[in-house]
Amino acid sequence: MEIIQIKKLTKRFPMGKGEFTALKEIDLTFTKGEFAGLIGPSGSGKTTLLNIVGSLDVPTEGEVLVLGKSIGNLNQKDAAQLRKESLGFIFQSYNLLQVHTVYENVEFPLLLLKKSASERRKMVMDALEWVGLTDKEKSKPPQLSGGECQRVAVARAMVKKPSVVLADEPTANLDAKNSHNILKTMLNLNRELNTTFIFATHDEKVISYLRRKIFLLDGQVEKDVIVENPKS
Amino acid sequence: MIKFLLNGVIRDKSRSRLPIIVVSVGVMLTVFLHAYITGFMGDALEMNAKFNYGHVKIMTNAYAENIELNPIDLAIIDVEDFLEKLNARYPHIKWSQRIQFGGLVDAPDEYGETKAQGPAFGLGLDILSPNSQEIDRLNLANSLVRGSLPANSGEILISELFSRKLQVNPGDDVTLIGSSMNGSMVMYNFTIAGTLSFGVDIMDKGSIIVDIEDVKIALDMNDAVSEIIGFLPDGYYNHKNALSIQDDFNSKCNNINDEFAPVMLTLGDQGGMGAYIELSQYWSWYITFVFIIAMSLVLWNAGLLGALRRYGEVGIRLAMGETKGHVYTSMIVESVIIGIIGSVFGTFLGLFFAFILQEYGLNIEGMMEGASVMFPNTINARITTMDFYIGFIPGVISTVIGTMLAGIGIYKRQTARLFKELEA
Ligand SMILES: Nc1ncnc2c1ncn2[C@@H]1O[C@H](COP(=O)(O)OP(=O)(O)OP(=O)(O)O)[C@@H](O)[C@H]1O
Ligand SMILES: [Mg+2]
Repeated sequence: MEIIQIKKLTKRFPMGKGEFTALKEIDLTFTKGEFAGLIGPSGSGKTTLLNIVGSLDVPTEGEVLVLGKSIGNLNQKDAAQLRKESLGFIFQSYNLLQVHTVYENVEFPLLLLKKSASERRKMVMDALEWVGLTDKEKSKPPQLSGGECQRVAVARAMVKKPSVVLADEPTANLDAKNSHNILKTMLNLNRELNTTFIFATHDEKVISYLRRKIFLLDGQVEKDVIVENPKS
Repeated sequence: MIKFLLNGVIRDKSRSRLPIIVVSVGVMLTVFLHAYITGFMGDALEMNAKFNYGHVKIMTNAYAENIELNPIDLAIIDVEDFLEKLNARYPHIKWSQRIQFGGLVDAPDEYGETKAQGPAFGLGLDILSPNSQEIDRLNLANSLVRGSLPANSGEILISELFSRKLQVNPGDDVTLIGSSMNGSMVMYNFTIAGTLSFGVDIMDKGSIIVDIEDVKIALDMNDAVSEIIGFLPDGYYNHKNALSIQDDFNSKCNNINDEFAPVMLTLGDQGGMGAYIELSQYWSWYITFVFIIAMSLVLWNAGLLGALRRYGEVGIRLAMGETKGHVYTSMIVESVIIGIIGSVFGTFLGLFFAFILQEYGLNIEGMMEGASVMFPNTINARITTMDFYIGFIPGVISTVIGTMLAGIGIYKRQTARLFKELEA
């Protein structure tokens, strides 16, 4: 089942008097349950593409359909609705809410979905169990290690069981051991919940886990390969 | 969600500390100034009420028309009877008889020849009856400079300044030369019991205070007084209450066709006090408004810094599917929470300082020398129910305005840009 369709996507940013083309006529399709990555050097357009798929930005030309919804035509409210119900984000710098506990951070997406207190409790504890942090529910981010923070971020992205998780350089701030750890966790969730993962990365460790590698260069798809024998 | 916001506000000290301090200080000043001005203006009002106007005053229609002349020939007659009815109808109001009169006071030398003479402003009030309230009301005992309060009929008080001018001392006799109720000239001898200084210029220049019964005898006012003044139960003027009593009285007792029918005036109807009362009401809104503006500006700037710091949080919340409007609204809800917390602190502090000023007072004797309006010598704040809530108005409004202005940036920035700032 195709859950993301990108057709002739071009993204231009105003720059000085002229424009800068960050993405050029991209054609891509993602199906449910993929574990794919956008790979490319700095400035190749990975984040830009992820932002558009995540409805945080809009295409200049072309069409992007996420779960049947055209990103370019969504108003602010519908875009928020799409993110709230179907998309999870993981960032390079974790971006946890610093004054809130691990539990509250993971609970937040469920508050937006207006889940009942008992439902929230159960779902948050499940998510914390996936990432192995049930004993840290009362801690606050400043008391956690980088690896633990990113695991909280994964739990937060996964707690509502979204269709798609977008992860922009999720391991950039982690050491090798933690990187592998978090990737294995995500791979497990990908298998168990059939969640689609799309990464943006140039980290070899991440790349080694990918089931599909999409190479970007100067805003264009250079190569798109399915991996035959991926690491697990 | 509210709990989530509340946790954020309480735990993120850098988010709440500065605004709470700003709000507390602003609210404290608002509450304090309000109590101070209420006290200051109220005291001046009460002073005028006590010496002259009462909270309400009853007189005849004809007297009311020429009130500034104090025409005693237009006095109320059958006073005893009338007072009895008044007390029955308005038992909670304290009624007192007053006669204001003019005359010449003549001080004789040892041969009975005129030593000195001067025009006097006379005030007749109840000094001698055993349960007189007027001695306390006008603070006569504490205003005494020499001598003592009158103990017998025929004894009067005279202002200290006047006594110097006439070169008379307690124990000396003086003669009041004036006109009686029916217009004939009268001369009446009094003994000076004591001298007074009120610290109020117009009272201190040339006034004599005489027991009401003596005035009635001296001026041939048999069972008649020119004014009956009434004071509201809690001792403070309340314009609304005064108006409703006035309405009641005038509709029952007044008859515009009878010039000797009794009519009631409120404090606000007399001597420009109405404008003063109005001013004292506007004042509190004026201060409130000034503090709303000043605090909003400070909080706007504080909020700008805070909002910049929070672009990361805003970005992440948008990513999780909140709308910009929802984030903006939740920041405003947060500001309401902060505003309320700050206002509670500020109100508490403001009431505390106002209470101190209410209990101990600030002596401004000397600053008021030569003032022709009656101003009291000490300023006392006065805490009213309004002081318990008035601070919340600038407190909450200013945090909300400050946050609204500071938060506009969320709308101005593209969502993706918020993330760029978040990566940095
Ligand atoms: N809002 C913007 N305005 C102007 N130019 C932008 C904007 N966002 C991105 N760009 C430009 O688009 C290009 C692609 O940026 P993008 O952030 O997608 O790169 P990236 O592949 O994620 O790089 P990195 O690996 O460094 O994160 C860059 O040259 C960047 O300067
Ligand atoms: Mg990037």
